[in-house]
Amino acid sequence: MFYREAGDFKTSYRDDSQTFPIRFDRLRYYAVLVVAFGIIPFVINDYWANAVFVPFLIYAIAAIGLNILTGYCGQVSLGTGGFMAVGAYAVYKLMTAFPEVSILIHVLLAGGVTAGVGVLFGLPSLRIKGFYLAVATLAAQFFLVWLFNKVPWFYNYSASGQITAPERTILGVAVTGANTPAWAKYLFCAVILFALAWLARNLTRGTVGRKWMAIRDMDIAAEIIGVNPLTTKLSAFAVSSFFIGVAGALFFAVYLGAAEVGEAFGINKSFLVLFMIIIGGLGSIFGSFAGAAFLVLLPVFLKNVLVGVLGWPTDLAAHIELMIVGGLIITFLIAEPHGLNQLWRVAKEKLRLWPFPH
Amino acid sequence: MKKTFAALAAAALAASVAAPAMADLVVPNLSYRTGPYAPGGIPYADGFNDYFTLLNERDGGIGGEKVQVPECETAYNTEKGVECYEATKGSGALVYNPLSTGITYQLIPKVAADGIPLYTPGYGRTSAANGKVFEWVFNYPANYWDAASVAVKYLLDENGGDLSGKKIALVYHNSAYGKEPIRTLTELSKKHGFTLVEVPVDHPGQEQKSQWLQIRRDKPDYVLMWGWGVMNAVAIQEAANINFPMENFIGVWWSGSENDVTPAGDGANGYKSLAMHGTGSDYPVYADLKKYVHDAGKASGAGDQVGSVLYSRGMYAAMVISEAIRKAQEIHGTAAVNAAQVRDGFEALEITEARMVELGLPNFGQPFAASCTDHGGPGAALIQQWDASAKKWNLLTGFIAPDDEVLTPLVMEDSAAFAAENNIAERCN
Repeated sequence: MFYREAGDFKTSYRDDSQTFPIRFDRLRYYAVLVVAFGIIPFVINDYWANAVFVPFLIYAIAAIGLNILTGYCGQVSLGTGGFMAVGAYAVYKLMTAFPEVSILIHVLLAGGVTAGVGVLFGLPSLRIKGFYLAVATLAAQFFLVWLFNKVPWFYNYSASGQITAPERTILGVAVTGANTPAWAKYLFCAVILFALAWLARNLTRGTVGRKWMAIRDMDIAAEIIGVNPLTTKLSAFAVSSFFIGVAGALFFAVYLGAAEVGEAFGINKSFLVLFMIIIGGLGSIFGSFAGAAFLVLLPVFLKNVLVGVLGWPTDLAAHIELMIVGGLIITFLIAEPHGLNQLWRVAKEKLRLWPFPH
Repeated sequence: MKKTFAALAAAALAASVAAPAMADLVVPNLSYRTGPYAPGGIPYADGFNDYFTLLNERDGGIGGEKVQVPECETAYNTEKGVECYEATKGSGALVYNPLSTGITYQLIPKVAADGIPLYTPGYGRTSAANGKVFEWVFNYPANYWDAASVAVKYLLDENGGDLSGKKIALVYHNSAYGKEPIRTLTELSKKHGFTLVEVPVDHPGQEQKSQWLQIRRDKPDYVLMWGWGVMNAVAIQEAANINFPMENFIGVWWSGSENDVTPAGDGANGYKSLAMHGTGSDYPVYADLKKYVHDAGKASGAGDQVGSVLYSRGMYAAMVISEAIRKAQEIHGTAAVNAAQVRDGFEALEITEARMVELGLPNFGQPFAASCTDHGGPGAALIQQWDASAKKWNLLTGFIAPDDEVLTPLVMEDSAAFAAENNIAERCN
């Protein structure tokens, strides 16, 4: 009744090709933006920022990045943790070497450095695909973690090999370091996520994205119709790594504040982000958000229910939580193999017919 | 179904936001009872909880105020550690003791910003011993660099005061924790003329074949170990497999619990480790623990860890924290102290042997006195040896003092670097 195309007249090509062609969807989108930028920053506290929103926003960036590579371009990667580490260490070196430069620029530069490293490790994708490529990127994961552990230059020769983010400000407000107010943390990540998600959406529906999808669907056919596999695959690696590098930089500088590479950016991170896009839905921006939300919020929610409300012992709750999350993942994937995004799409189709389904 | 779910959700949100009543003293226990580090985390958390239960049941709390110990599972994971810290800090938390060097590094800047003391006995950032820079962090009675120095001193004694030409391997957990002693050992190797071989073991440490192959090839005279969790048991088993002489294998105090040596059976006989305190259940405090906590069915966890090394350590940490709270109550003349007042308590804390006897722990730990500049304590440690047939640790030495001549400049250098990075002005001047 409310969710329909009828009555929403498009009079230009521009209107025709907008991201949200249905009015209700557009309004919902603006409502989300108003809540995200106009309401949450004023009511957020330390717990909500550090335990819920900031990790969700950062993982969403990483998931969009991996989705570009795996979901849109079809190149499987298990190197996400390693690339996040590149972003983290790049931003750390930049922050300590050039303290007078704005942290925003450092974060973007860290993404740029990661893009370079990503292209380098993307080179094998020109010869190998599928599982074989996954193994090659797995090598990147282990190599990068080993490198940051082994070479003291990366952690400025600190005694423990830990990197610690010094305080940096934007317009006089701290965004890294311990004195950062919750709203500044949240807003900094939210603005970056908004910009990058907007960029990703527009990249994926333009020429670049269509080339990626052509390579994903059938690389030989794509080559025959004139898509250059070299530039297409490497551009996917570059853009994806840029996103993941930015996520890694924020993860270290804004969220954790101190990190050691083996623990913060190990193989578990790679799997976590991969699970996010599989549960959320491959090849979809919304799916990246949904997957990140599912895997970040659900454990925190379960922990609060089991320990906070039901008063169970913490160890029992931790074990049950693993089982519930694992069980839900399997249930979701059996019920809908294409992820949460597909559920969302089906729901929208049903809404358009409601209340007169046929 | 939907309704109950919504109700649960609402309740969960309320629970995570609402702060409990501020009347009690709150000492959060960031513990880990799951994951590869649970063998160390469980006994420690049990000892920590049980001691506060004892105080509540026997004395009605500290100075008449009950102590609440909300537990939060970190799984030794820094992200979950941050979540736990944020979840509990609003509840009037007086002090944190996360039992993880990684989490400690993350909390050091946060506790300074939030004004909550951080107590890291025998772990954490070594240079926090310098109270001039680290106002909110305390790591007495001993730290990693003390441990490294004590181990080397013990080896010096064994070798008639001369280690030149000897080769010492360090098997360490490849993380902030395991890397901490390297700087000290490098300095000591220069001073005493031994060669240091570094052998890193990656998290979680279940696979160490190649490391021990390297040790078999290099034939070091001694092996030191900075391990934790499942890594300890695996290393001791591997050392037994290559027939490494166990009496030349010395672990730090985090690698010296029953859980580490029992899996290797008789192979572990003769393994040595450092110790910060006595162990076993021969201390008078255990009679009270049995009467008020275990027999009353109020024990934490399964209640089967009593008297083990790490249970004693958790209890020791709880004891020091409770004494600091008592001191704070004394200084500020109020029973309901806040976090800043507890910090004053930590800084003015003095634990004498007479006080330890009163607490039912005679000859358990070393006496120490903190001050504005000294947050690190004397740093002495014992050497203990595992007797596999009797299944108990025997103390070999008395308290050995570390080599402050080497350590003090290192602590000053590292804390000065931290102060410069974070624009901290020195206190206590």
